[in-house]
Amino acid sequence: MKYFKYLVLGTLFGIILTKSEVISWFRIQEMFRFQAFHMYGVIGSAIVVGMISIQLIKRNRLKSISGEEIKLSDKKFNHGIWIGGFIFGLGWAITGACPGPLFAQLGSGVGAAAVMILAALAGTWTYSALREKLPY
Amino acid sequence: MLELLQKPWPWYVAGPLIGLTVPALLLIGNKALGISSSLRHVCAACVPAGIPFLTYNWRAEIWNLVFVLGVALGGFIGYRLMGYPDMVGISPETIQDLKTELHLTDFSGLLPRELFSLDNLANWKGWFFMVFGGFLVGFGTRYAGGCTSGHAISGLSNLQWVSLVAVIGFFAGGLLMTWVIYPMLF
Repeated sequence: MKYFKYLVLGTLFGIILTKSEVISWFRIQEMFRFQAFHMYGVIGSAIVVGMISIQLIKRNRLKSISGEEIKLSDKKFNHGIWIGGFIFGLGWAITGACPGPLFAQLGSGVGAAAVMILAALAGTWTYSALREKLPY
Repeated sequence: MLELLQKPWPWYVAGPLIGLTVPALLLIGNKALGISSSLRHVCAACVPAGIPFLTYNWRAEIWNLVFVLGVALGGFIGYRLMGYPDMVGISPETIQDLKTELHLTDFSGLLPRELFSLDNLANWKGWFFMVFGGFLVGFGTRYAGGCTSGHAISGLSNLQWVSLVAVIGFFAGGLLMTWVIYPMLF
């Protein structure tokens, strides 16, 4: 039951991704070809709203509903950030989906999404196995 | 109102709502938005195989798996129950480019059936677009420590310059694939 709130929020997130068409392969191609503002508008306005929200949380020292102090950890740089980012970018343009949309596509009934998620799991597993040998 | 909900949502509605997911997760549970971690948790739960990176208490991250389950449920509700256009309203230029460069003819649905049908697993296109593409998404996101949600939205919202480096990497890869590798493949 303690997880129910995450199910609700995840469902809303999935509905938004679906209704705004960002789970469409065609939209991602349109984005990488700079032929519409749609994706840039979605991502850009999401960042602006997220940024303002985080500033408000920090300045007002808001606590979570269970009374915990809200902690935001800083991300540390390593070479995996750009190498991995580049590899993901190649995959993003091929599948037309980042991980969130893949799950939304699966729910919408796209059979290919099941194959892509299994392949993504294989990719994550392979990365985990090779981690110590990769440049950082 | 109902009709408005059924139509595709414009960016200025969807974007801010996605942005609000960041504070919502922080306020309801002190959690940072990030979807690709769920792939790691599934690997850790199902096939840890003694790999150090997959040996941790994944049960503490069940919330993330529940969130992702919700995303799938949201995909079902948004697509199947709330109505969806036969064709995504992409720009005519994109359609023209995809026709000439990738030889696509069917622009209905979320993904081009000519590339993403399960039958295509019998030829190189299916393996390239579904299997190889999916593999790169899973490998790259973990190597970079996040995807569009964790780095682009959550990370940039929190003014993390590291996330900006990641996002530049995402676009470098995506542009190279779209503008250089696709034309060589087709």
